[in-house]
Amino acid sequence: MIRKIGVPLAAIVIFLILWELLVWANGWPNYKMASPSDLWPAFWQYRELFLIQGWETLWRTVVGLGLAVIVGILLGMVMGFSRTMREALYPLLVGFNAIPKATVVPIIALMFVGQHDLNTILIAFMISFFPIAVSVSIGLSTLEPEYRDILRSLGASNLTIFWKIALPKTLPEFFGALKVSVTLAFIGTNLMEIVSPHGRGLGALFDSGKTNADFPLMFAVLLALAALGIALYYVVVFLERTFAGWAERPEH
Amino acid sequence: MSSEALIDIKGVTHAYKTKSGPLPVLDDLNVSVKEGGFVAVVGPSGCGKSTLTRLIAGLMKPNEGEVWLHGARVTSPRSTVGMAFQNPVLLEWRSILDNVILPLEIVPTKLSRKEKEARAEELLALVGLEGFESKRPSELSGGMRQRASLCRALVHKPDVLILDEPFGALDAFTREDLWQTMHALKAKEPFTGVLITHDLRESIFLADEVVVLSGRPATTQYRLPVAFEGARTIDHLYTPEAAEMLNVLRHQIEIAQGRVAA
Repeated sequence: MIRKIGVPLAAIVIFLILWELLVWANGWPNYKMASPSDLWPAFWQYRELFLIQGWETLWRTVVGLGLAVIVGILLGMVMGFSRTMREALYPLLVGFNAIPKATVVPIIALMFVGQHDLNTILIAFMISFFPIAVSVSIGLSTLEPEYRDILRSLGASNLTIFWKIALPKTLPEFFGALKVSVTLAFIGTNLMEIVSPHGRGLGALFDSGKTNADFPLMFAVLLALAALGIALYYVVVFLERTFAGWAERPEH
Repeated sequence: MSSEALIDIKGVTHAYKTKSGPLPVLDDLNVSVKEGGFVAVVGPSGCGKSTLTRLIAGLMKPNEGEVWLHGARVTSPRSTVGMAFQNPVLLEWRSILDNVILPLEIVPTKLSRKEKEARAEELLALVGLEGFESKRPSELSGGMRQRASLCRALVHKPDVLILDEPFGALDAFTREDLWQTMHALKAKEPFTGVLITHDLRESIFLADEVVVLSGRPATTQYRLPVAFEGARTIDHLYTPEAAEMLNVLRHQIEIAQGRVAA
């Protein structure tokens, strides 16, 4: 337990100390690079804003991610079970994923003018569903035929095979992808928050720091984003332990 | 159209479609197994033995010919069949007990959860896995996993047991242990069995008839009835009769491989 919490915590502290030393040794001013000791006053000064905007960012990221999970699983199922659909959809998905989402932001912002929540959720979703769809489709398409035969030979329907075998067997891959998607979704949310005018959330707070040349505030926002990302990542780890803990081999 | 045979494979011919044209695997194959019988099928690698198991299980339909089970023509899977493969394919997220129960969750049954558990426990005890019910498959050795796989194949009291090289990946000692387990199971849980194997000693130890298939496309090349006096033990494999049978089978396999003339 000490190891599980202590080691990562110590790593964070060491990282902050090195950061502080780097800034101090180079004598960098605030506008070049703020040091951790500059950040606490920024956090304290804007503590209410951080809570409000942090919540804005968090809930929209989670909703976008939830959408990505649903659509990703559905796409993954379609591609996993049908070779034709796999061959048809892969190039489209890869192409879509290759488009930098920063370029999609203004399009979405124009498409749904004023609907800031919807825009943000959409970008968070678009940037994060791809790993989920790919992992589910690979998990399903690589299911060994014997697994299917065992149930099929008893007269089980395809739906039963999916629930009893295909879905649980794919869970470890799914959670691996979800860990990637969590951090991606935060990037998506912030893209929209920063680029869109009248934005809300931590991205907008970052933007206002930029406008006011409040450099410690900008760095403080980055740190807050990292903290949110870590928190959500560990939520996924917890869910993984609960639902796919069997995939973890005991250490020898 | 029923006969004495519980499994009756009549004139089955089958070819797979491949990019380079049809690949014939079975050619006018005839195998029949009477109720309670146990037939081992041996033959050269890739001669279509596994296709045969899938046909019996109703997982595929032959191009020509018919497969009959219990006087009914097989056209789709039926829950009166149990299967075990070389790969035990246990579900890693289930305990051993829940793995064995799996078929009871699929086939129509009036058993309560308690009764299902009792049935699975009874079988696990029979194969020497008492006390391992709550373990995960990854915690068991290869031989133990295969024992659990056999229990799963039998838990719903199928009247046909199809074994596709179930002991192929095990070491020699474990394999002999499992052969004896098979006899113990057969004594308690009567079934009609088809065993696909590459091991001639295994075939004569377990089966009451050995069918040798020819090379691809496979047809029935030779049948050898197997009879030993009394209950079978490993010692039987070291008797002159066994040596004679193995010799005959080995010769037939060489013919099937095309290495010697018939």
